[in-house]
Amino acid sequence: MQKIGVFVCWCGTNIAATVDVAAVADAMRSEPGVVYAADYQYMCSEVGQQRLIAAVREHALTGVVICACSPRMHEQTFRRAAERAGLNPYMVEIANIREQCSWIHKDKAVGTPKAIALARAAVAKVLKNAPLTAGESPVAKRALVIGGGIAGIQTALDVAEAGYEVDIVEKSPTIGGRMAQLDKTFPTLDCSACILTPKMVEAAQSPNIELLTYSEVEKVAGFVGNFTVTIRKKARYVDTNRCTGCAECVAKCPARKGKNEFNMGLDNRSAIYIPFAQAIPNVATIDASQCIKLRTGKCGICEKVCSAGAIDYNQRDEVIERRYGAIVAATGFRPISLEKFGEYAYQESPDVVTSLEFERILNAAGPTKGQLVRPSDGKHPHEIVFIQCVGSRCSEDAGKGKTYCSKICCMYTAKHAMLVREKYPDVRVRVFYIDVRTPGKNFDEFYRRAAEQYGVEYVKGMVGKVWRQNGKLMVQGSDLLNDEQLLIPADMVVLAAAIEPEPGARALATMLTASMDTNDFFSEAHPKLRPVESPTAGVFLSGACQGPKDIPETVAQAGAAAIKVVGLLSKDRLVTNPCVAHSNELLCNGCSQCEKVCPYGAITYSEREVVDRGVKDVRRLASVNEAVCRGCGACTVACPSGAMDLKGFANRQIMAEVDAICRAK
Amino acid sequence: MQGEVNEFKPLIVAFCCNWCSYAGADLAGSSRLSYPADVKIIRVPCSCRVNPLFILRAFQRGADGVIICGCHPGDCHYTTGNYYARRRMTVLFRLLEFMGIDRQRVRVEWVSAAEGAKFALVMNEFAGAVKALGENVKLGDLRCKP
Amino acid sequence: MQTVAERVIARAKELFFSGEVRRVLGWERGEFQHERIPALYETAEQLEKLVYDEYCGPNLSKELIALSKLEGRTLAILKPCDARSLNLLLREYRVDREKVYILGAGCTGMRGRDGLLLKCETCRGKDFPVFDEAIDDEECRKVPDGDRFADVCRIEQMSGDERFLFFRSELSKCIRCNACRNICPACSCNQCVFDNPDSGVSSKASADPFEDSQFHIVRAFHVAGRCTDCGECSRACPQGIPLHLLNRKIIKDIGELYGGYEAGGRSPLIDYRASDGEA
Repeated sequence: MQKIGVFVCWCGTNIAATVDVAAVADAMRSEPGVVYAADYQYMCSEVGQQRLIAAVREHALTGVVICACSPRMHEQTFRRAAERAGLNPYMVEIANIREQCSWIHKDKAVGTPKAIALARAAVAKVLKNAPLTAGESPVAKRALVIGGGIAGIQTALDVAEAGYEVDIVEKSPTIGGRMAQLDKTFPTLDCSACILTPKMVEAAQSPNIELLTYSEVEKVAGFVGNFTVTIRKKARYVDTNRCTGCAECVAKCPARKGKNEFNMGLDNRSAIYIPFAQAIPNVATIDASQCIKLRTGKCGICEKVCSAGAIDYNQRDEVIERRYGAIVAATGFRPISLEKFGEYAYQESPDVVTSLEFERILNAAGPTKGQLVRPSDGKHPHEIVFIQCVGSRCSEDAGKGKTYCSKICCMYTAKHAMLVREKYPDVRVRVFYIDVRTPGKNFDEFYRRAAEQYGVEYVKGMVGKVWRQNGKLMVQGSDLLNDEQLLIPADMVVLAAAIEPEPGARALATMLTASMDTNDFFSEAHPKLRPVESPTAGVFLSGACQGPKDIPETVAQAGAAAIKVVGLLSKDRLVTNPCVAHSNELLCNGCSQCEKVCPYGAITYSEREVVDRGVKDVRRLASVNEAVCRGCGACTVACPSGAMDLKGFANRQIMAEVDAICRAK
Repeated sequence: MQGEVNEFKPLIVAFCCNWCSYAGADLAGSSRLSYPADVKIIRVPCSCRVNPLFILRAFQRGADGVIICGCHPGDCHYTTGNYYARRRMTVLFRLLEFMGIDRQRVRVEWVSAAEGAKFALVMNEFAGAVKALGENVKLGDLRCKP
Repeated sequence: MQTVAERVIARAKELFFSGEVRRVLGWERGEFQHERIPALYETAEQLEKLVYDEYCGPNLSKELIALSKLEGRTLAILKPCDARSLNLLLREYRVDREKVYILGAGCTGMRGRDGLLLKCETCRGKDFPVFDEAIDDEECRKVPDGDRFADVCRIEQMSGDERFLFFRSELSKCIRCNACRNICPACSCNQCVFDNPDSGVSSKASADPFEDSQFHIVRAFHVAGRCTDCGECSRACPQGIPLHLLNRKIIKDIGELYGGYEAGGRSPLIDYRASDGEA
């Protein structure tokens, strides 16, 4: 015999103002199966919970219904309270009469009957609840960080520091990411490489960190605590155990047509290359698409000049499989392609560059050895125009660009402008902006210094068009504060292009079953309170892959992600969700429809003996691995006989909810 | 009661997936948006949990409209659930229409956890469309009338 | 057809007598001139009654679910449409392929009391998707030129109310004899949801038109993406309800939206594409 207790929460005035809570409790008292009903101001408070516990004990309740806020708020709270009272925590159902009732309907005459209907549905459901026991699953004490930029490196360092093993998988031949491409970093203008390389070295030398560079994640299976990841280590055609990084091969390689990715394509590199001087690992890599030997069988000079005998043209990709307890996505960003922004003449003129390309020009290790010269003719520019918000903050119907603000551009443009003015006071620098956003610590002072001390001219207005004329770049823009149109003959134009997530991120998100937003940034579990976790358990987020951010924020977030990882890995066992699928042996046909729709491969089939209505029979039957099942219920609908059902959301339970709701009409 | 003009209020049953659309419904509430009280939500783990049996049951017991809400395709918390839901519901709705049931009485909508406004908009629109169709008679069951 | 029929019967007997198969699944004459009943032959004497002619409409594939569990191999005489049904059962692990010897029998169209069976007017092909041996000839291999979806399209053209009245009228004839379900190869659950008191929808004789609709909608949906359009449901219905219309509607929709599935492969309803259209 079921004895259900119903507790109607006032939630202060949040519910009580638009729902007659006493009437709801009253209506529940006459529901079949309900032996106790009460209302109280704050059920989630300690006092409220004590009342619940007392009522469970006093009336020997077999199940409880809490009519309160969304189960997404306090289902856990009330489950724990029930447990403390000696009741199975899964004999608890929540009727959402706040977010889905009292906050929607302003009229008590409307809200109260609806609350009663929702309460009835919860009672109908709990009457069909069965006590469930959560299972346990082990935790592999190793973390995977996907992406070897500053975000991935920092997360790995922090996890390693806590004593756990961590792998960094990076698709390019070296770790370092975007920060390695930067010259100076705001707001301190210290050298990027100087602050990054010690961290890169630390990561390389840490006994707990393994670097898997020039590698990519191919497949992810499993679930939190137990991920099985397939990683492809791409062939470098260089034996990394023998290569000393002397770069003789690089100097002698005759194939020099490949675009140098590190310099954003501004110059070329050889087929065998080391991305930059401080690359870690400091070994050469052969780009097979450029290598004459690998493509035609001729050449082989690098092998001849290599004194370490490290060249191996027969090397193959190596595919490995590893187990991890936690995975961190740190895949970073890239500037958007500017093909839809033809108005800025980016494709026409080599002197129109993006900010990242400009960064490489300024960098002493860049394509111009740090000399500020025009890419077209190598001459020194006298007039540079910076254009902000290229592709950022675009309206939704623009059909191009991104709707969001890319966050870092105001600061890095101020930085670029300042560096130019400092080194070349003869260069006139103008910045066309819509707004200047520099909110960080010491950021606003930095930008004001650029304008006030270094003579950078900030022009509020947009640029309509850039075109080539007589060896100059004509920039036509508005100066809204002075209410005039400007036509500037510039020598160089720098476009602050929007940033977007790295292209491989969406495929990775699918592999991880991690959500992404419409801009392909990884979604966080809660925009305010859970910024470094993906809604998918066991997957964490670090850096710009979650949203545009600068280095200080990235490092902060990386640390946050690391502690979440450590919190997970420090557990020996995880409690699994008991609301899993279950197959009724006597109803199962063995047809495998369910197996095919399970996203996790949780269903397997085997021949087993059953006794069906007195007759022994050997049948092909489904069984669910409860540790792997995540409780989506896809199998239950694919199953024609209804053998497959979902605990906690069983067919009878949902139908009872439907009946109760429709009955109220 | 008698003497009063009883305006027809359609009963709408909304199956909402826990991870996206149910959260979107919560957000609509937190944002104090408004939609008809006739919309009553049943929480399911995923839109793929919704069996055609449930939809028929709702209509049998007195619902005038049934809407299934899930995550946007590609964003399903369980990766593929809403893809299956999309195919099944497409086939089911076409079959119901073939048998003469008003196509506008059933709907599938994708609402993310961040789309509280969209949730309210959809519910208002759907309830309005169902109201225009009037009471569900074709899939009703006389034994379930009050 | 004479020679094909004779050859089929002769070959069945040959395989039985050689011991290669333990029993033969075929047909025997019924009470009426046009009636042929599925029959299992286990002895030489019984085998004399084996018949294969132009009245052998019944689809034998479903019998193999139980028969393939017995000792020894069963020989099944399957027409092309029956073989398609068997293909489905094999894909769903309901029939053990090793235990069945499939003798594909060529067919020039089957007849019932009122002439050529409806399903044969829109025959979908004379290829056997699965067989151990096939016996047919040129005549058998001809495929009539019927439009499978003509009836469905005609109904689609009607107004919503007309359609509702049509189906309400047809389905009101249903006496829940379950013949359609029992004969359907795709409808082969050990225990049907409608017979299971725990399912929430168990029912027999309908007490309200809703229940007629529910049974047929749910049955059509459960076989959706799996139905091989063998036409047995309509043939078996004692009330003459054109049940195949529901299944063909679904087949038509699935074909338009997701590509045909009857050739084999994954049922479209347990499959998806990111590019699928909206409901």
